[in-house]
Amino acid sequence: MNKRKVRLEINGIQYEGEAEPRRLLSDFIREDLGLHGTHVGCEHGVCGACTIQWDGKAVRSCLALAVQANGARLRTVEGLAPNQDDLHPIQQAFTEMHALQCGFCTPGILMTAQALLRDNPQPSEAEIRDGLSGNLCRCTGYQNIVKAVLLAAEKLAQK
Amino acid sequence: MNYVGASIKRKEDDRLLRGSGRFVGDVKRPGMLHAAILRSSWPHGKLKRIDTEQARKCPGVVAIVTFADLGNVKPIPMRLAPRDDLIRALQKPLASDRVRYVGEPLAVVIAESRYQAEDALELIEVEIDELEAVVDARRAVEQGAPILHSAVPDNIAGHFVEKTGDVERALAGADIVLEEEFYIQRHSGVPLETRGLVAEYDEGQRLLTIWGATKVVHFNRAVLAGLLDMPPSQIRMIELENGGGYGIRGEFYPEDFLIPFIARSLRRPICWIEDRNEHLKSANHSREQWHKVRLGANKDGRIVAFDDVFLNVMGGYIRTHGSTVPTMTAAYLPGPYKWDNYRCDANCVLVNKTPAGTYRGPGRFGAAFVRERLMDMVAHKLGLDPGEVRLKNFIPTELMPYNTGTTAFGKPTIYDSADFHKQFHLALEKFNYYELQKQCEADRRAGRAIGIGFGCFVEKSGLGPWEYARVEIDRSGEVIVFTGAADLGQGIETVLSQVVADALPVDIERVRVVHGDTAQIPFGGGSYASRGTVVACNSAVVAAGEVRKKLLQLAAIALQADEKDLAIEKSCVMKKNTGASVSFSDLAKLADPATALPLGIKPGISGEGFFNPEHMVYPYGVHMALVEVDQETGFLTIHKYQIAYDIGRAINPMLVDGQLVGGMAQGLGGAMLEEFAYDGEGQLLSGSFMDYLLPSSMEVPPIDVVLTEDAPSPLNPLGVKGAGEGGTVGVGAALANAVCNALGGKVEIKRLPLTPERVREAVRAAQAAAGE
Repeated sequence: MNKRKVRLEINGIQYEGEAEPRRLLSDFIREDLGLHGTHVGCEHGVCGACTIQWDGKAVRSCLALAVQANGARLRTVEGLAPNQDDLHPIQQAFTEMHALQCGFCTPGILMTAQALLRDNPQPSEAEIRDGLSGNLCRCTGYQNIVKAVLLAAEKLAQK
Repeated sequence: MNYVGASIKRKEDDRLLRGSGRFVGDVKRPGMLHAAILRSSWPHGKLKRIDTEQARKCPGVVAIVTFADLGNVKPIPMRLAPRDDLIRALQKPLASDRVRYVGEPLAVVIAESRYQAEDALELIEVEIDELEAVVDARRAVEQGAPILHSAVPDNIAGHFVEKTGDVERALAGADIVLEEEFYIQRHSGVPLETRGLVAEYDEGQRLLTIWGATKVVHFNRAVLAGLLDMPPSQIRMIELENGGGYGIRGEFYPEDFLIPFIARSLRRPICWIEDRNEHLKSANHSREQWHKVRLGANKDGRIVAFDDVFLNVMGGYIRTHGSTVPTMTAAYLPGPYKWDNYRCDANCVLVNKTPAGTYRGPGRFGAAFVRERLMDMVAHKLGLDPGEVRLKNFIPTELMPYNTGTTAFGKPTIYDSADFHKQFHLALEKFNYYELQKQCEADRRAGRAIGIGFGCFVEKSGLGPWEYARVEIDRSGEVIVFTGAADLGQGIETVLSQVVADALPVDIERVRVVHGDTAQIPFGGGSYASRGTVVACNSAVVAAGEVRKKLLQLAAIALQADEKDLAIEKSCVMKKNTGASVSFSDLAKLADPATALPLGIKPGISGEGFFNPEHMVYPYGVHMALVEVDQETGFLTIHKYQIAYDIGRAINPMLVDGQLVGGMAQGLGGAMLEEFAYDGEGQLLSGSFMDYLLPSSMEVPPIDVVLTEDAPSPLNPLGVKGAGEGGTVGVGAALANAVCNALGGKVEIKRLPLTPERVREAVRAAQAAAGE
């Protein structure tokens, strides 16, 4: 199959690559661009592990084709922390609340949570549960994730 | 003691939060090829021919491997609870002349990319003579049922009986006898990360390296060495991050032979990452059991006899767990109760479904459902409070340690320490049980369907035998802990750091844990059966003790003092009377061969330790649920959920809490949502996350944990017990009991999961019973 050129911006950095039209955006990000923080858990849009942000909206990168993202501005988990020493307030809240165990779903959940808090900086617990309902976590039972998002909202409000 | 007992934040988190944790799908090797596996679409049939000619012509295809290419390959052996009778139905890595479940591997395509490998899969032609499939275990054991393995003509691959006392006599003398049947549906761990492996053969070094192994890497290395006819020392297994274990990840599957085998023969690195549909039909299923129970009780609620015949539905083959699940069902069915007359007849039944293994709380999730439902049924029958019936049957504390009379893994079941009555009373009080029950009764009179259910259990943990640890101090004073345990997301790096940081002592920031690499760690038992904290931490304490001896020996020279005049402080050794001190870092430099050898001292600061427990340790707990049933739709709302759990001693209470709450979510999936459903012909109907439903943030309720340390284990120096499975095992029991209570005790649920349809049926039955 013929490959097409794909140019896009991820976490403020310009990337360029070639992809067959059928290539999933998740595979393009992970395999071709080497950004492994985005994980793939089901490849059919249910588990949410591959969630990234596309123009600020949380989307599943396994449900998009790389060629569709030509010209897009994306954010992935690698762009969250400000530097190698510090974590983003949402990440800090996750470690303080023990909101991760195996950590496989975590990047997708962080990206969903950040988009959620941007749209709704002071969500209720019910709104957080609703907002996270498209991200499966098999380890934590969600309780501490919900607490972490509440704490993150507080931290972000103080900033 | 500074760190043990404190809710220390996890060492693992930073890398995982940044997305820089390295999972197997992130491994890239030069010249790496990709594998895709052709799997049987037929539940049962004779394999006549596999034609790969067209597929080989596909772009990028490098090789296609079928059974004929494997040579004289042996079947995959059992790891746990092996039995001679089960050997008759072991699985070979690829199907040879028969297929026995949908998902059985038939061929492996190796190509330059995964996309190309999948393209080629579609062009492989398979000719199969279909045979009648048997999917219902009750049918499989009947005369005339289709036979899966000619060596097992009755489809019962294994059979054994546990018994104590005289069940028949006790049943004959009982005031009431219940005869009931129960079913626990097929479901499993389903980690968010699918399985995967990268294997590379270094021809020059004759070294085979495998990334993505986990759980029991040393054991699996030995298995692979046997199957490949290679010395174990030429195989290196490397554990990376992994996206959830729950019993199913890290067992030796057909792919764990195929990928290394092909990498060795092609001399190219090979990557195989399972897709979700593959995972659901090929990784171990679990849980499916049919129980037929006769229970005898006296009018006061005392259980005097319990007789169970159950079918443990194995699938098309016997895999590495052997008889682990039915063994634990039979051993632990009595739970916290004193049952003097008990018999359990266990049958490992072959059917045309995916082979089964363990899943978090193996044997106990189903056992708790059966046992705890029956406790409530006794209460209903006798008009007693379900809580009172339990209190009447608990094993009294003064009988600890208590031998239940059953065995597992060749050892007697001896509860090491417990106070069931105390915990139950605490659970009632914290839940506000009597008040809430009164409220529920009033609400039910007003037409609501609301009620409370219990799920009591005893967990097993700390399964032996041994575990290994080595503690080293490098020239910078950094402490490295090498452990034979594996990391499955449970936080083993954190708890080991806590234990070693206290034992030396040293600042926890200076401790680093290395696990899951057979090149760096000579021995390892692994992480399973909630053993990690118990066996790994206790072995690390021994190793740290050896390091302390070495530190004192070196410091005596450095400070020109007698060892008895020295004290080890944080990261240094001090002379008690003068306060003169020398750092771990300086002592490590002194231990350099250049300085140590002239002094006649063995170079390096390093200590090894083993912990070899004779018996398991038994945490215990009570699940309680307050549930409301929507009588129109059968929808369940969990208003309140509580887990009381005695851990013996918590090294990190935050992580214990995390295990219990997370475990509960998995139990909830098993109780309400998850099922590997098959049609009558043996086709798997739940092959995606649209059909196999995992709990989301909307289904899992807030959970209160009542963690106690009333019964530290006398069997290990730290007094710890495991935390991995107690959150899961009581959920099916508690929720089913709560639903029955909500329906006024007029209907008895005997089947999981509690789907809206099934609950709606129960509502109708309860309404009919009330009308009569």
